Amino acid sequence: MSEVRDEWPLYEIFVRGKRGLNHVHVGSLHAADDEMALRHARDVYTRRNEGVSIWAVRSDQIAASSPDEKDPLFAPAGDKVYRHPTFYDIPDDVPHM
Amino acid sequence: MTVSEQDLADRFQDVVDRHERIEPRDWMPEKYRKTLVRQVAQHAHSEIIGMQPEGNWIARAPSLRRKAILLAKVQDEAGHGLYLYSACETLGTSRRELTEMLLSGRQKYSSIFNYPTLSYADVGTIGWLVDGAAICNQVPLCRTSYGPYGRAMIRICKEESFHQRQGFELLATMMRGTDEQRAMVQESVDRFWWPALMMFGPPDAESPNTAQSMAWGIKRDTNDDLRQKFVDMTVPQAEALGVTLPDPELRWSEERQAHDFGQPDWEEFAAVLRGNGPCNTQRIAHRRKAHDDGAWVREAAVAFAERSAG
Repeated sequence: MSEVRDEWPLYEIFVRGKRGLNHVHVGSLHAADDEMALRHARDVYTRRNEGVSIWAVRSDQIAASSPDEKDPLFAPAGDKVYRHPTFYDIPDDVPHM
Repeated sequence: MTVSEQDLADRFQDVVDRHERIEPRDWMPEKYRKTLVRQVAQHAHSEIIGMQPEGNWIARAPSLRRKAILLAKVQDEAGHGLYLYSACETLGTSRRELTEMLLSGRQKYSSIFNYPTLSYADVGTIGWLVDGAAICNQVPLCRTSYGPYGRAMIRICKEESFHQRQGFELLATMMRGTDEQRAMVQESVDRFWWPALMMFGPPDAESPNTAQSMAWGIKRDTNDDLRQKFVDMTVPQAEALGVTLPDPELRWSEERQAHDFGQPDWEEFAAVLRGNGPCNTQRIAHRRKAHDDGAWVREAAVAFAERSAG
């Protein structure tokens, strides 16, 4: 049996803390397949009712933005202040705005 | 346009100085990465090896309640090891490498786990003193500059509180028992007090890496500051328990508004780190056996996954 055969792939684990919340990344773990990743995630990351739902995703399947291109990637949002509600002047006496 | 190494280093230090976090894919100085791998790995290995001294008492716990508590605690230690291995892997070191470095002795674990657990009272003393010292060390690390390490520490700290409290409660129960039980507790505290003080590492004057680690925001406090904090925290707890801490120099200093205390035997500390503690050989041999005995399971799981994927 070759040495590499007992190395399990890395999964990233996301847990939904309770209904109504997003899944949040909590860490990673190794597992041979998806089902084992979920079982391990339960034991490693939810021993105290920290979640109601778990996502396990192979780490090599995640596409991520590179920190080096941080400025250009997020720059288009920088000059669009009109996307925020505070951009607009509304008279103080207009209710429910 | 290319960015010079100096620009990257300046940007890195700027993030650290603003107490923001460094994340896995950020540029970082090679020595920062190495220092972190060493510290986080040592921490992870300590959690994993730390299962052994207490695991020693699971089958002999005196009641089902105590057994269930101890099982949960040892399972937590495994979980803590896994949080930390996960953080360490984001620095580009694989789990396989980490395991090999532990087994070959190239990476260390905390010296405390090379002491034996000779009586059941040790389960309580480890929770109270050893986990108490660990909490002192770990709470400031929740604000460490490396994001994944800090987040792992936050999860761990939440769980350590149960560890310390179950230990204290165990000892308090024994202290309300017979003379023989009280003597067991005192004997256990006598054995673990000095090794617990050693957990904070050598005195500041002999800790060459501390200044750099603090400049990088990896460490937030010096070894001696944390040791002082631990002593000040523990003295009133010992009084509440009714045990004596085995240090004739221990007394309150009005002037410093802190406790004066004696120094642990630093030669013993060095000897344990060199591999000459009471249990070094046994701890690593046990870990190696568990790893080797589990090889067929790891391989079978891979074979099953491959066949299922068809």
